[in-house]
Amino acid sequence: MELLCPAGNLASLKTALNAGADAVYLGLKNDTNARSFAGLNFTPKKLQQAAEYTKKRGKKIFLTINTFPKPGEEKRWYEAVDIAANTGIDALIMADLSLLDYAHSHYPHLPLHLSVQASATNLGALKLYKEEFNIERAVLPRVLSMKQVRALSKVTPVDLEVFAFGSLCIMAEGRCHLSSYVTGQSPNTGGSCSPAKHVRWQEKDGARLTRLNGVLIDKSSIDEQMGYPVVCKGRYTTQDNSEPTYLLESPTSLNTLSLIPELAKAKVVSLKIEGRQRSPAYVEQVTSVWRHAIDTYLDNPDQYQTQDEWNRALSKVSEGQTTTLGAYERSWQ
Amino acid sequence: MKISLGPLLYCWPKEKVIEFYRAVADSQIPLVYLGETICSRRRELKFTDYMDLAHMLKASGKEVVISTLALLEAPSEYTELKKQVDNGEFTIEANDMGAVQAAKELGLPFICGPTVNNYNLASLKKLHSWGMQRFVMPVELSKHWLDKVISIETPAFEIEVFGHGFMPLALSARCFTARHKGLAKDNCQTICISNPKGLLAQTQESEPLLRLNGIQTQSAACIDLSSEKDDMENIGVDYFRVSPSSMSSVELADKLFDGEQAPQVKQEKSGSELSCNGYWHQQAGFSTV
Repeated sequence: MELLCPAGNLASLKTALNAGADAVYLGLKNDTNARSFAGLNFTPKKLQQAAEYTKKRGKKIFLTINTFPKPGEEKRWYEAVDIAANTGIDALIMADLSLLDYAHSHYPHLPLHLSVQASATNLGALKLYKEEFNIERAVLPRVLSMKQVRALSKVTPVDLEVFAFGSLCIMAEGRCHLSSYVTGQSPNTGGSCSPAKHVRWQEKDGARLTRLNGVLIDKSSIDEQMGYPVVCKGRYTTQDNSEPTYLLESPTSLNTLSLIPELAKAKVVSLKIEGRQRSPAYVEQVTSVWRHAIDTYLDNPDQYQTQDEWNRALSKVSEGQTTTLGAYERSWQ
Repeated sequence: MKISLGPLLYCWPKEKVIEFYRAVADSQIPLVYLGETICSRRRELKFTDYMDLAHMLKASGKEVVISTLALLEAPSEYTELKKQVDNGEFTIEANDMGAVQAAKELGLPFICGPTVNNYNLASLKKLHSWGMQRFVMPVELSKHWLDKVISIETPAFEIEVFGHGFMPLALSARCFTARHKGLAKDNCQTICISNPKGLLAQTQESEPLLRLNGIQTQSAACIDLSSEKDDMENIGVDYFRVSPSSMSSVELADKLFDGEQAPQVKQEKSGSELSCNGYWHQQAGFSTV
């Protein structure tokens, strides 16, 4: 079972590999990937260095090209595929039909992983991408229960990768317009969810107001620990309840340490850590814990137990300092 | 440009659904989408009930499309989907790639609904090669986007724009309605039936923001592109979709069909209902240009 870690820059990449990642994923410095933030990601030259560094250590490197080419600007996305093919990248993580088609026809030997942004949750969708583009692996959206992951793993024509830890996207990925409804930009169109340029904090009458493009997402006390403001993790009222509550989800992170045995039995090939936008310190902390946990499981699968110190370490770097099993657990749904 | 009626996105009692589609049968709307697209736990109407309605509408001269589930999770949902695709008579609206695959495998034509990611001409052409006859533009895209796609070459497929109604914004494994009412999803009692237009959510400044509709999150504001109809027609849009939210949606669709001016439609809308058109103008979806 592969441990796949995020690399927002070269420092994070080195940290991840030194802390025990089997593979890293990263994006180019433009809107061809859904973590297009200032100061993040790789130029083609840095990508070359990253690939060389990773190869020397016998590990794998995947390039994320998981946004959707814009009409008239498709060239930028095709070039990203060309760059990957000429840099010795081990696999491309993509969602768009035209890009999968381009990569499959131009570079048939370059392995393709279906991005979570393609939102493939069922056998039919996986079959389609396998038959048409010969994808090797699919990243499952965070909408399936553990039981549903098991059921899919029995029939899937491709390897499965799941999100194991990190910020919790509670919507079917690639099909969420909440960010663009409020800001005009979504991961699919603008390369990021809830872009920082639209975030404003105000202090008023002893309260902190969090605004996204002017819309009040949350109102909290000044000392309350808040996550990054996104529409799905705000506090709102309803026609039935005038008390503001986290109607969709509270700030929390996904943590599936306790599911390692079940994910392994379901033959999930890769555990993905979210967080290309996070610091090298986060990458080090999370990678170390997960390396340790996976090794503990592999050494003695029948005796595996999650250790409190692992969970404590992960909680510290989690949103709202709390974690959840998310959709894997039916009661969360 | 013609008018279409999108699938009913809410959970209504069976009698009300039947009454609604009887009114549709008497209307001028030429194209009707029909079926449960949100949640397989909603069982007010079963597959055979939808087929009966489809036959009734067809007998009234309507073109009928069977709409399918947008988020498939359980193997049973995939089995049900294949049954719908293989209905032997009506074209389907694929709202997930699983439905695209099922139609393609059987060599059947299909329509791509708004939750299938279509962001460029090359992807649309690929889908067309698999049998796509028409696509509904994803709601977050704009006139500018459509202009660019169409200006490259005249497409071999039809174009439909989500022109009026509460917009589908997101889908989750979590049922927000059940959660809000303190119920577990597995014992939800189909509680969404108590919110025939979804459950309105507001910011702490009383600004309407979202509408919870089971596992779906919608816009609180109603998109209204009726004043853009002429423009749409000029750039080559084939269908203007009205997404129904009450019995009066049929009347509204009829008026648009008659080519009534947009302001007349607008004036008749209840003042408390916000409208928006931001996405069409490349702005935040909730804004009005």
